[in-house]
Amino acid sequence: MSHTHSVTLRAILRHVLLIAGAAIMLAPFIWMISTASKPQTEIFSSELHLIPHHFALAENLREAFAKANLLRFLLNGVIVTISIFVLQIMVALPAAYALAKLRFVGRQTLFALVLFGILIPPQATAIPVFLLLHEVGLLDSYAALVLPFTISVFGIFLMRQFFKTVPDDLVDAARMDGISEFGIVWRVMLPAAIPAVTAFGIFSVVAHWNDYFWPLIVLNSEQLRTPPLAVAHFRNNEAGTSYGPLMAAAMVIIAPLVIAFLFAQRRFIEGITLTGIK
Amino acid sequence: MAQIELSAIRKSFDGTDVLKGIDFRIEDGEFISLVGPSGCGKSTLLRIIAGLEPQNSGEVRIDGHSVDAIRPSARNLAMVFQSYALYPHLSTFDNIAVPLRMRRLSAIERLPLLGPLLPGRRAKERAIRADITAIAEQLDIAPLLRRKPGQLSGGQRQRVAVGRAMVREPRAFLFDEPLSNLDAKLRVHMRAELAELHRRLEATFVYVTHDQAEAMTMSSRIAVMMGGELIQAGTPAQIYNDPGDIRVAEFIGSPKINILPGRIRKDGGIDVLGTALRLACNATAGDCRVGVRPERIELGAGPFSGSVVHLENLGAEAFVHLAIEGAGLRLIARLADVRHLPAMGSTLAFGFAPDAVRVFDPAGKRIELRAEQPERIREPAHV
Amino acid sequence: MSDGSMTIDAAIVPAAAARQTLPAHGSRRAYAAYALVTPAVALMLVMLLGPLAGVIALSFTDYQLGAPHFSWIGLANYQDLFADKVFWTALRNTLTYVVVVVPGAVIAGLGIALLIQSGTSLRSLYRTIYFLPVMATLIAMAVVWEFMLHPQFGLVNGLLRGAGLPAFAWLQDRNTALYALCAIGIWQAVGFNMVLFLAGLVSIPKQLYEAAEIDGASSGWARFRLVTWPMLGPVTTFVVVISGIRSFQVFDTVHVLTKGGPSKSTEVLIHTMYTEGFEFFRSGYAAAITVVFLVFVLALTLIKSRLADRGVHYT
Repeated sequence: MSHTHSVTLRAILRHVLLIAGAAIMLAPFIWMISTASKPQTEIFSSELHLIPHHFALAENLREAFAKANLLRFLLNGVIVTISIFVLQIMVALPAAYALAKLRFVGRQTLFALVLFGILIPPQATAIPVFLLLHEVGLLDSYAALVLPFTISVFGIFLMRQFFKTVPDDLVDAARMDGISEFGIVWRVMLPAAIPAVTAFGIFSVVAHWNDYFWPLIVLNSEQLRTPPLAVAHFRNNEAGTSYGPLMAAAMVIIAPLVIAFLFAQRRFIEGITLTGIK
Repeated sequence: MAQIELSAIRKSFDGTDVLKGIDFRIEDGEFISLVGPSGCGKSTLLRIIAGLEPQNSGEVRIDGHSVDAIRPSARNLAMVFQSYALYPHLSTFDNIAVPLRMRRLSAIERLPLLGPLLPGRRAKERAIRADITAIAEQLDIAPLLRRKPGQLSGGQRQRVAVGRAMVREPRAFLFDEPLSNLDAKLRVHMRAELAELHRRLEATFVYVTHDQAEAMTMSSRIAVMMGGELIQAGTPAQIYNDPGDIRVAEFIGSPKINILPGRIRKDGGIDVLGTALRLACNATAGDCRVGVRPERIELGAGPFSGSVVHLENLGAEAFVHLAIEGAGLRLIARLADVRHLPAMGSTLAFGFAPDAVRVFDPAGKRIELRAEQPERIREPAHV
Repeated sequence: MSDGSMTIDAAIVPAAAARQTLPAHGSRRAYAAYALVTPAVALMLVMLLGPLAGVIALSFTDYQLGAPHFSWIGLANYQDLFADKVFWTALRNTLTYVVVVVPGAVIAGLGIALLIQSGTSLRSLYRTIYFLPVMATLIAMAVVWEFMLHPQFGLVNGLLRGAGLPAFAWLQDRNTALYALCAIGIWQAVGFNMVLFLAGLVSIPKQLYEAAEIDGASSGWARFRLVTWPMLGPVTTFVVVISGIRSFQVFDTVHVLTKGGPSKSTEVLIHTMYTEGFEFFRSGYAAAITVVFLVFVLALTLIKSRLADRGVHYT
C-alpha cells in the first residue's frame, strides 16, 4: 500500500516540478500574447493581469503592420532561408558523394579540411567576408545574405556520413544501368538520404531565419531586412512606447517557425540537435 | 551473345595481390561458374569483366574487341548483385525501367517534372511499359510491379533483380552470388529456375559462387579459383572426377574427398596405409597424398580397417565416419543402404577400387597413374 | 572499334605477354570526383579558409574600411588591445556570462531531462514546451524579456512586488544587467541541453539499472550515482563544451537590449568586435579581437575532443 502511495507521490512531485519549470519556459510567450492583446492603457498599469479587459489584439496587429512592413520582412526570411538551403544542398551533396564513394587523390586532405572548417565559428570569418563583399560591391543585397552560407561544411560532413551507409552495390548497379556519377548523386544518394536532408534542412532554415549578426552587418536598406532585424528596428523606433504593437510584431515574427515546430516536433528536434553535434 | 576473353588479368588492392594473372575464355552461350572460397578473387574478376573495377594489367575482350576503355553501362552486360541492389525508393516497375529509360530517353526527357510533358515521351513510355510487362510475365512478378523492394520477399527481390538485367537484352549476364541471401530451400528452388532461364534465353551466364553444389548443378563449365589464381576449368564431371590439383579435389564434392597419406616406391608403385595399391606412376619416389571419394569406399571387405566413430543418417543415404587406428586419421564413407547401419564403435573392413584413386604429389599436383606393372600382378603364370 | 586483324590474335594470349593497360574508366571516375567537389572546394577557400587566414593576417595590420593604404604593424593591435580597459571588461563579462550560463543551463537541462524520463506520462508535451524557447527567434523573445523586466510595468517586478520582495531595474542597473542577460541565456539554452541529455539517457541500457538494483542500489540517488552519471559522462562533456562555445558567442541580446551598457557592464567580446569592426570600421583592430575570441573557442573545442577520446564508455 505504501509503495503505491510513494509511487503516486513521486509522480505528483514530478509533475509539480515540471509544471513549475514549464511555467517559467512559457512565461514570455504567454506574456507576449497577453500584452499584444492589451490596449495601451492596460499595458502601462502597475497592477498585473493576464487576461486583457479590453481585447485589443487586432488593433495592435494593425498598428504593427502599419509601422513596419512585416509581411515583407517575413518574405525576406523565406527567400533567404530557402535560397541558402537549396544552394547548400547543391554544393554539399555532390561533394559528400565524392568523399563517401569515390577514390581520388586528395580525398583525405579534403575531408580533413571539412572537419577543420566545422570548428570555425561564424563570427571569426565575418570581417574578411564583409570586406570581400564590399570590394565586389555586393553589400546590402540578397546575395550578401545568401552567398557566404552556401558552403556548409557541416552539411558536407553530415551527408558524407550518411552516404557511407548506402550500399556500394547500389552505386554499382546504377553505373551498370548507365547513370552518370553526377546522376547518381541525385537519383540514388538523395532519395536514400531524405531523413538526413530533412533534418539538415530544418537546422539550416531555423539557424538562418534566426540569424541576427550577419544581416545586421551587411544590410542597410529597410526592404531587405530579415525577421530578427525587423524586430530590432521596431523596438528601436518604438523605444518605450508602443509595447502592444511591439509584442504583436514579435508574435508575428516567431509565429512561422513555432507553428511549423508544433506540427513536426520530432523532425525539428532532430534537426536542431544537429547544431549541437556541430 | 558474347564470348568473353581474359588475358593475364592482374589486380592488387593496397599492395595485396588479389588476382595473379588470369587467362580464361568464356564461350558464347555457356553457363560458367567461377567457384572458390571467400577471398579467392572471383568477385573481383567478375567486377573487372563488368567494368566496375579496372584491372592493373591484362586485357578483357568481348567478342574479340577490347573493352578496357568502355564504361560499364556501355559494355552491354547486365549484373545481378548479391544484395540485389534494387533502388529502395522506386517501385518494382520503376526499378526495371531504369536501364531502359537511361538508354532510350534523352537527358531532358528524364527530368523529373518536365520530362513527362514532352511530346515523344509518351510513346516511348508505352514501349517501355510493354517490354517490362513481358519480362514480368516471364518471371512471374507481374502482380508485384507496384510494390517497393522493401515490401518484397528475398526470392521476389531476386527475380526483380534478374528482370532488371534481362530487360537490357545484354550480351552476357553476370551473377555475383545471387542466391547467398536466400534460405536453403528457396536456394534449391531458385537454382532450378536460373538453370531454366539460361536454357530459355540461350545467353552467356557468368556466375560467381562459393557454393560448389550450386556450381555443380547449374553450370555447363566450372572454373575453380583459389588465392587469385585459376586452378582448373572444365565441365562439372571433369572437375569432379579429374581434379588437377588437390585443392580442387577437396573443394568440390560434399562430403569432402578423403585424403590419405601415401608413399611412392622407387619402382613407381604406391603404398597407402602400409598396403600396396594395384597402381603405379612415373613420379619420383617420396611422399604423396591419395584421395578417394566417400561414395567409392566399399565397406565390409578390403585390406584396410577402421572403427566407426560417427554416423550421419540422412534418410536417403548415410555417411559413416571411420577412425583408422595407428594413423590418427578419419575417413568418411557413404552407405547407400540405410537399413543396415553399422554399430558405433564396431570395426569395419574397407577398401576401394584402383580407379577410385586420385594421387597428388606433395605440392598438390595430380600424378598420372597407370595400371600396375604386369610383374606385380600375382597371377598364376600360364604356360 | 578495333579492326578485323585484332580479332585474329584475340585467341589465347600467353601469360608472359602481360600488357600494361591504363584503365581509362578508373581515371574517368576520378575526373568526375574532381568535378563534383569543385564548387565546394572553391567556396570553402573563398568563404571559410581564406577568410580565416585573412582575419589572422588583418590583425597584424592597421587596415580600416575604405582606407586607400594600410601597413603591417606587427603586434601593435594586440598591444593596444591588452592595454584597453574596455577589452578586459568585455573579456571579464564574457567569462562571467559563460561561468553563469553554462552550469545553469547544463544542470537545469540535466534536471529536466531526468524528471521527464523518470515518469512516462506527458513526456512529449513537456519536451515540446521546454524546447520552444530554443526555436523562437532570440531577438523577438529578448524584446519580450525586456518588457517582462521593465522596472514599472514588467511581469517580473510585478510578481516580486506582489510577493513583498524588492524589485530591480534589471536591465538598467549596472549590477544586475549582466545577470539579467544570463537569465535570458539560460532560459534559451535549457531546452537544447535537455534534448541532448534525453538522447543520452535513452541510450543507457536498462540492464545496468537492473544490475544496480540487484547490487543493492535501490534509491534514486544511488542509481544516479552508480549508473546514470557515469554513463552520461561523454554526453555531459559534450553538452558543457557546446554550451560553453555558444555562450562565448553571445551577441544578440547584448546588441538589442543593452548595447553593452549600462557603463559597459554587459560589454562582451563579440559585441566589442562588432563595434570596432562594423561601426568604427577599424578592421585590423577588430581582427585582433576576433583572433583572441578564436583562441578561446578553439581551446574549448580541443578540450572537448581530448575529453571525448578519454571518455569512459563501453557500449
